[in-house]
Amino acid sequence: MAPFLVLLVVVFLVPVGGAVWLSFFSDDQPGLGFGPERTVFAGLRSYEAVLSDPTFLAGLGTAALYCLVYIPLMVVAALALGLLLDSGAVRLRRTAQLALFLPHAVPGIIAAIIWLYLYTPGLSPVLDLLAKADLTVDFLGVHLVLPSIVNIAVWSNLGYNVIIFYAALQAVPREVIEAAVVDGAGPVRTALQVKVPLVRSSAVMVMMFTLIWSLQLFTEPMLLSQSTPVVGSRFTPNMYIYDAAFTRNNYGLAAAASVVLLVVTIALSYGLSRWTNRAARAPEEAAR
Amino acid sequence: MSVTPPSLRPRMLGRGAVNAIVGLSALYTLLPVLWLLLAATKDRGALFRSDLLSLGDFSLGDNLSALFSMEGGIYGRWYVNSLLYAVLGALIGAMVSVACGYAFDKYRFRHKEKLFGLVLAGVMVPPTVLALPLYLMASKVGVVNTFWSVFIPVLFNPFGVYLGRIFSQGYVPNEVLEAARVDGAGELASYFRVALRMLGPGVVTVFLFQLTAIWNNFFLPMVMLSDQSLFPVSLGLYVWNSSAVVTPDYYPVVVVGALLAVLPLVAAFVVLQRYWKAGLTAGSVK
Repeated sequence: MAPFLVLLVVVFLVPVGGAVWLSFFSDDQPGLGFGPERTVFAGLRSYEAVLSDPTFLAGLGTAALYCLVYIPLMVVAALALGLLLDSGAVRLRRTAQLALFLPHAVPGIIAAIIWLYLYTPGLSPVLDLLAKADLTVDFLGVHLVLPSIVNIAVWSNLGYNVIIFYAALQAVPREVIEAAVVDGAGPVRTALQVKVPLVRSSAVMVMMFTLIWSLQLFTEPMLLSQSTPVVGSRFTPNMYIYDAAFTRNNYGLAAAASVVLLVVTIALSYGLSRWTNRAARAPEEAAR
Repeated sequence: MSVTPPSLRPRMLGRGAVNAIVGLSALYTLLPVLWLLLAATKDRGALFRSDLLSLGDFSLGDNLSALFSMEGGIYGRWYVNSLLYAVLGALIGAMVSVACGYAFDKYRFRHKEKLFGLVLAGVMVPPTVLALPLYLMASKVGVVNTFWSVFIPVLFNPFGVYLGRIFSQGYVPNEVLEAARVDGAGELASYFRVALRMLGPGVVTVFLFQLTAIWNNFFLPMVMLSDQSLFPVSLGLYVWNSSAVVTPDYYPVVVVGALLAVLPLVAAFVVLQRYWKAGLTAGSVK
């Protein structure tokens, strides 16, 4: 226990505190050491700078758009596949699960490399096939780059979430389902009206973790930025932080941006849990 | 004779559709990996002609030797680094977190639930947020760009503590511990000799999750390390990929390097299948 508490303090509490502390200071001679004599108290100046920086706001916008596309897509797809696996109609269920889960064992950066090559003209068999049908698609262009990143994320995490839903669905008591069948509900109705409400807590958990990780989007766009000018060096909030700290050497700014991102993350996940709690209570009250 | 009753026909149709959807999803997840596998056996020319199925120019061997000789064989170094960070880190991390989860479950102490709340908050705060402050701390202590700057932060695994507590509740009955105490075993002895053996599967699960997380770790090493000989595979391949944009010679090397980097985790997941499923299930019954 003691070693964990040491870790908790050293690599969790101190950094969080440090980030907050640091965000109130400004290093007036950027890039030259980190001596306290050069660091001056700046109050909220770093926050002002961050919040009025259009590139940071654009990054937040990108992350928000990404979440809006990615999270519903992920939850619906994973839940649908979980229901299908649970329906008992699928052959080779274990094999299917393993196949779906396989990408989770592929490190994020390598998933990004694979898909980047599948998006790159000349390297990609997909693009060659499309070219034979006289279609040219620029996956890394202005319009498609975000869907392309969403696709990488879906590919990596779909199986993981399918298995979470599948496990939750397997835990649904069989009597409940039999009762629904006796009442004359078909398989689709049973799935949508009986099973789905019973795995709501899993859905909330999947949404929560997906949200938290989505806001941290870094690896995939960072890799894509090597190959396409559309993804700039401050494409997402995390890339902004990295850019602020290590390209512009402005630690105060980077720390302030980290704190803003952390606050946004906490606020959104808190909001999400409040919203789902209320949504959960509503039908119960209606039933009374 | 072979006429199916009408009521069965739509069901057969539905069954076919269900299998088709699951099959297509499986293809979606498998084909990119298959592409990686095939691409790794091709030389640069074939890679760019993207005729992956021709078996004429099978050059996996050439690619492998190119991989391990590129830039003085630094890839082997990265691989060893990744193994060290991931296996050692996950081993120590899993032992510490499970022991901590056990303590949360079996002992009573002040502010226990508040502390546990803090642990759960740790689950919610993604490690990327911590990377920058950690970098600044490490630079003050002077350990930036060393093995320890990456190794120590990855030991921290609040989700492992959470799982550890659940496993301890499920696997270690209090009566067994009391029996051990009656037999005169001290607290530490009863943990290591009795409880740990029952927690074995839990430790493996936490180990596996942490192994994946560390192996995938990218942001932290990117922030901490500048010395190429300390890089893990993920960061090394990232750097080589940026070289590939300029020098296409790097493409086959990155592809085969990526393939090798995937293998240990896939092997671990296939061999330890029942453990990660147990972990996912435990995690979702919150």
